[in-house]
Amino acid sequence: MEFSFLNELPKLVWMLIGIVVFLGVIGLMLVLLDAPRSKRDRWQAVFFLGPAVLLLLGGLVYPVIRTTVLSFYDRSGDTFVGLANYLWMFQRPEILQVLLNTLLWVLFAPVLATAVGLLYAVLIDRSRFESLAKSLVFMPMAISFVGASIIWRFVYAYRPADQEQYGLLNQIVVWFGGEPQLWLLNQPLNTFLLILVLIWVQAGFAMVVMSAAIKAIPTETVEAARIDGAGPWQLFSRITLPSVWPTLLVVLITISVQTLKVFDIVRTMTGGNYGTSVIANEMYSQAFSQGQLGQGSALAVFLFVLVIPLVVLQIRRNRKARELA
Amino acid sequence: MSKTGPRPEAEAAEPGTAAESIPGRSAPADRGAAARVRRRLTTGTASLVALVIAVVWTLPTAGLFISSFRPAEQIRTTGWWTFFGSPEVTLDNYRDVLFGSANDGRLASHFVNSFVITLPSTVFVLGIAALAAYALAWIDFRGRDWVFLGIFALQIVPLQMSLVPLLRFFSQGVSIGEVQLLPAWELTGAMAFTNVWVAHTIFGLPLGIFLMHNFISQLPKSLFEAARVDGAGHGTIFRKVALPLIAPALVSLGIFQFLWVWNDLLVALIFAGGDTATAPLTVRLAELAGTRGEAWHRLTAGAFVSIIVPLLVFFLLQRYFVRGLLAGSVKG
Repeated sequence: MEFSFLNELPKLVWMLIGIVVFLGVIGLMLVLLDAPRSKRDRWQAVFFLGPAVLLLLGGLVYPVIRTTVLSFYDRSGDTFVGLANYLWMFQRPEILQVLLNTLLWVLFAPVLATAVGLLYAVLIDRSRFESLAKSLVFMPMAISFVGASIIWRFVYAYRPADQEQYGLLNQIVVWFGGEPQLWLLNQPLNTFLLILVLIWVQAGFAMVVMSAAIKAIPTETVEAARIDGAGPWQLFSRITLPSVWPTLLVVLITISVQTLKVFDIVRTMTGGNYGTSVIANEMYSQAFSQGQLGQGSALAVFLFVLVIPLVVLQIRRNRKARELA
Repeated sequence: MSKTGPRPEAEAAEPGTAAESIPGRSAPADRGAAARVRRRLTTGTASLVALVIAVVWTLPTAGLFISSFRPAEQIRTTGWWTFFGSPEVTLDNYRDVLFGSANDGRLASHFVNSFVITLPSTVFVLGIAALAAYALAWIDFRGRDWVFLGIFALQIVPLQMSLVPLLRFFSQGVSIGEVQLLPAWELTGAMAFTNVWVAHTIFGLPLGIFLMHNFISQLPKSLFEAARVDGAGHGTIFRKVALPLIAPALVSLGIFQFLWVWNDLLVALIFAGGDTATAPLTVRLAELAGTRGEAWHRLTAGAFVSIIVPLLVFFLLQRYFVRGLLAGSVKG
């Protein structure tokens, strides 16, 4: 079957219907709402909040409860098995590997992405090519994790030593007289190579936010320090770093939360094989590929528990920042 | 020093914007100072390090981009850097991967799917979030703070928590015991997209409402009070007063939601299925990468087909993108 635009037409029509009906209903309600002159705030609030509350109750609140319950049941969801799924998680060596990998991701990805972002933001601050330099590093933020994974798989691509390399990394190794490597099969190096992809994507976010923080440092402060004879390093460690510290923590926490949930990179790069799986990916393969609803749910609950303290920290920092401002 | 710390996010939105001209350009006096600071800070090593980072961040994408225009035979045998020695350009890879046999990917259909999934999901979130944020900010009712807190807290739920129950809801409906409260959806053909729309809308709402509320609650109170005194209901106030004023925030959130949905893999994998009729680009590409990981002529071109829309959005609307990033500091 060839591609033909006619085949695609029903989709586009359905899309238009969806959008038009949605906007139409909202517009109509907004007009009707004011027609009877009984402007009881409570009833108006029901209309304004109703759709959001219904969707969130059905799509997030109920599922969280349901998944938590499911995590205490067996694969079909019929028999109560107590903590068996959780015990399974901490006893099976391959799942322990998954937990260890997740730990590696959370330890390295946020710190390195933030460090690179901050370093770069400092280095290019007020340079002549600042906006171009920023765009280059920020650009990966717009690319999907799937796209990013394909880009990096190409960098890591392997050919046997007797053939010409087309993967950039192996070519560099060969130029320096080394043997080409099967990077993605090489444990535990492969996990770090996957982490590099996330760093590549997230450093741009860290850079943009840190750059804004750096620019908010009053010029007088910097000038004063320079008049007192501070060198670049002193300027950075005594003025820049303490000034941007609160923002730095927010960036770190935000990327950590993202990192815990990373799924696409692992799935596209290795499919979770060769000892590279992480919780978010393992949850998918347990629940949806292998039909182990109980075990998948237990992994999801565990992920949830890991995210909570980070977010509480984030909220606290936010509130503090707002009070100070 | 610590006093200046927390402010940057709120305050520096303008100078931080990457698309902005170089700070200090406008004021000549400032320019001199900036130049002096630059001279002090920009040592040779510093520039070199910055250059290395910029190259490492750009080269992988550039390499893939160049490859996507090389003949398949050459991609398979030589590195993309040899392209500069013997440049040979073809659009065959793109033609194959877009319109070729089903094996090649036939990404043209999936490209349409990505659009059909993304546009409504974005519009729905914008609409519902704007309404909810307005209510939470400007309508008085009991329990308002609790509702807001609840929605705020929902930002932390990982998608993974709600996949299984939500999927069951679509496929089996809602029933208590033997009583079927809501039927299963059983949507087929083009209508099957509705599941994905609903899923994406739900997952986008907590952050969307939060961002819109940040913005809408900062509008001057007097505006709303004056309208109330004039006898306008909330429907009118929302349309005539709030909506025009929050347009920039809507653009910002819209870009985020658009990129997020376009780039999503997990939600699409579970709610859109894997076939040509409904699967978006990301799902098909991930599949191509898995089954024929060495078919680089397809993968390189395919990756760029999926990247092109986000990149366009990024370069055209970078300013709003950055503004949204600094305002809400991103999805949790």
